[in-house]
Amino acid sequence: MLALTVSPFLWQLSTSLKSVQEDIYTRTPSFLPEQPTLANYAEVAETVPVWSYAANSLVVAAIVVAGNAVGATIAGFALAKLRFRGAKLLLGLFLATLVLPGEVTIVSQYVTVRSLGLADTLLGVALPGAIGMLNVLLMRTAFQAIPREMDEAAIIDGATAWQRLRHIGLPNVRGMLSVVTIFAFIGAWDDFLWPLIVLTDPANYTLTVGLQYLNGTFSANPRLIAAGTMISFLPIVIVFAALQRFFFKGVEEGAIKG
Amino acid sequence: MTHHRWFTPWLLVAPAAVWLCVFSVFPSINTLVLAFTNAKPLGGGHFTGLANFGRALDDDQLADALVNSIVYMLVCLPLLTLLPLLIAILVEKKLPGIMFFRTAFYTPVVASAVVVALIWGWLLDDRGLVNGFAQWLGVIAAPVPFLTDRWLLLFSAISLTIWKGLGYYMIIYLSALGNVRRELHEAAAVDGAGPVRRFWSVTVPGVRNTMLLISVLVSVSALRVFSELYVLSNGTGGPGGRDMSLVMLIQLYSRGFTGHLGYASALSLVLLVVTIGPMLLLLRLNRKAA
Repeated sequence: MLALTVSPFLWQLSTSLKSVQEDIYTRTPSFLPEQPTLANYAEVAETVPVWSYAANSLVVAAIVVAGNAVGATIAGFALAKLRFRGAKLLLGLFLATLVLPGEVTIVSQYVTVRSLGLADTLLGVALPGAIGMLNVLLMRTAFQAIPREMDEAAIIDGATAWQRLRHIGLPNVRGMLSVVTIFAFIGAWDDFLWPLIVLTDPANYTLTVGLQYLNGTFSANPRLIAAGTMISFLPIVIVFAALQRFFFKGVEEGAIKG
Repeated sequence: MTHHRWFTPWLLVAPAAVWLCVFSVFPSINTLVLAFTNAKPLGGGHFTGLANFGRALDDDQLADALVNSIVYMLVCLPLLTLLPLLIAILVEKKLPGIMFFRTAFYTPVVASAVVVALIWGWLLDDRGLVNGFAQWLGVIAAPVPFLTDRWLLLFSAISLTIWKGLGYYMIIYLSALGNVRRELHEAAAVDGAGPVRRFWSVTVPGVRNTMLLISVLVSVSALRVFSELYVLSNGTGGPGGRDMSLVMLIQLYSRGFTGHLGYASALSLVLLVVTIGPMLLLLRLNRKAA
């Protein structure tokens, strides 16, 4: 069972390390490269600017992560903990957007981004996802789980809204915040359809679009494509493996509370 | 009484509210408007009544895409509702190294669909590992055209979606399984129920709501499939473009000189109509739970 999920990735890693001399098409291929080499990684970078694609993906992911960590957190806090006119209406609108699959509005999303002058830019790729409506709602749920008494005590002590957010709110929503940021990073790094629509100049491509471009245009050598996929895959696996404890913990907490 | 200045909440929700309006509410309305125009990536944008919908009725590629979507959904629905539950039950037990197994099952989830499709494209290639190994075993004489046959390509994409989705739905089941009371299992075991019997009479009823939720999620995401088919067919939509999905058609018409944003918007509305059935079910479930 485990072999089924992991071995395709290992096979791709192995292919990416095989030298040009080694026959990768043989019917009895060896799982380990005969002479492991990093030459394919150098060559894929000569074929397409794969490192600048990686940098582009990183820029997009950084904007999306920062936007969600700040924007969704403060909005979630206000919706959960502060009383104001129109809060119910706003909450209803946030909920309503969840019913609509993103692909339904993707065309007019593109029209919007184009009229903002952001077609074919990384900012245009990053902006629509920079505050996810679902993330706002998730953060609201997390803030709501904080007992009311803690807030009341703080209010009696004369705490401002900002102080309540910093000293009571944030320390208690770390689990959800880590889930939101991890998902934001993964979502931005992996996204394909939206950057494919927004970006036209190959110089601006993100990694996923660049990989498909490599595959479609220079598909002769599977070793190069394997090297390219590993450049896209390894960072996300390392990030996830490093943060998985927080992730699974946050998911479990969220499931219990939500 | 309130304990903050009246504008503080608005200051805090302002960014999210702006995003809501600019990137959610406005595009939703605009999709409805554009669907009745001949908007092109370059110029156009005049009201054309129902012309886009008339065109949709005559569109053979759209008919193929709808068939593909339904096949996609019908195959994914049972498999992605049941298999992740079985895996979750296996993984749930507190074994040493369980964290490693969870992470391993989650790896295909965190990988981009593009990465996964490129890996499978190489595995299923005419000269790839699967065909090579099967030929070496002598099971087949000639390579199976996984990526160049109209139906095989669709089923290759489906199996890829299932493979990638297992870990995601498994995690949702895991948190639901935590809520099934252990005493029930023990009582059933004492009464002599075997593992299969306990699965159907204790576990399944215990996670029934989660199963319904997951079946809705699976259906909707099957109808929204894009990357797997796009990458496996190299953007062509397979032989004769017959392996297009609805979203692939939307993408096709949303860019370039041949693009037609009005028609792409009409197709978006078709997608909305198709996904609304499972969505309504989800809303009803939510209401029941609340």
